[in-house]
Amino acid sequence: MNRPRPEPMQVVKQRRDAALTALVDSVPYIRFLNISFDRRGDELTGQMNFNEKLIGNPYLPALHGGTTAAFLEMTAMMALNWQHLWAKIEAGELDPADMAAGKLPRQPKTIDFTVDYLRSGLPRDAYARAVVARSGRRFASVRVEAWQDNKDRPFAQAVGHFLMPQGEDKRDAKQT
Amino acid sequence: MKLTNIGGGTAEISMPYDTKLIGDPNTGVIHGGAVSALMDTCCGAAVMSHPEAPGGTATIDLRIEYMRAATPGQAITTKATCHHISRNVAFVRAVAMDDDQDRPVATATAAFSVEASF
Repeated sequence: MNRPRPEPMQVVKQRRDAALTALVDSVPYIRFLNISFDRRGDELTGQMNFNEKLIGNPYLPALHGGTTAAFLEMTAMMALNWQHLWAKIEAGELDPADMAAGKLPRQPKTIDFTVDYLRSGLPRDAYARAVVARSGRRFASVRVEAWQDNKDRPFAQAVGHFLMPQGEDKRDAKQT
Repeated sequence: MKLTNIGGGTAEISMPYDTKLIGDPNTGVIHGGAVSALMDTCCGAAVMSHPEAPGGTATIDLRIEYMRAATPGQAITTKATCHHISRNVAFVRAVAMDDDQDRPVATATAAFSVEASF
């Protein structure tokens, strides 16, 4: 019964939140669209904060299909990257302070992304959550769904394939 | 984004390089989402410019394939062609290029709904 004492809650929260903030803040396009991420344990929810500039059809009005696609892709990639890095962040291999200083691991690259527009996006905040269906050494497949008022009535969903960063272990080995 | 050419079911839109659109800070490469937004806009414009399109349009689905990273510092230009339009649905293909005109950055295939008016 030599289980180590669990870390204090503040330590855990601080580490995870700092790592997430470093990842999110490093991408200028996330700031441009004003997307934020809500974390519950290792689960992420993207939130696209509404702004008039996101409107595509001013007569309805409705969110622009392009911003919807960008929001879905961003959430999918962030969720995948977060899941991919989680173990390293938890093990202390990745230091949130280094990450904030710009020492970031390489991101997955989008291979293809298919968006399915289910209904028009309303002029208000939108939320999205991604599921990593499969994450291998080279490729990952991610599903993502976006909703507004009602989680059971998504306004868009998407599937994307990503190329995982290659040769990271070799590069790390060289550095040490 | 700047509309550089439109008419007869084709549209061409150019998006200059901007640091706000960066997805990977280590390389300065534009985020895929920004390319998606550009593609969607361009495909929609192509549909509306088609002589048989009665009015408005909305995206039903959009698929994008990323062939390579866009070169940092260069504008991205998309050309979309609405190659078929029926009473309810329009089919569009688009290609995104940077300064290298031989190797596309991305291609897209999309379906749009055709609506009577806005």
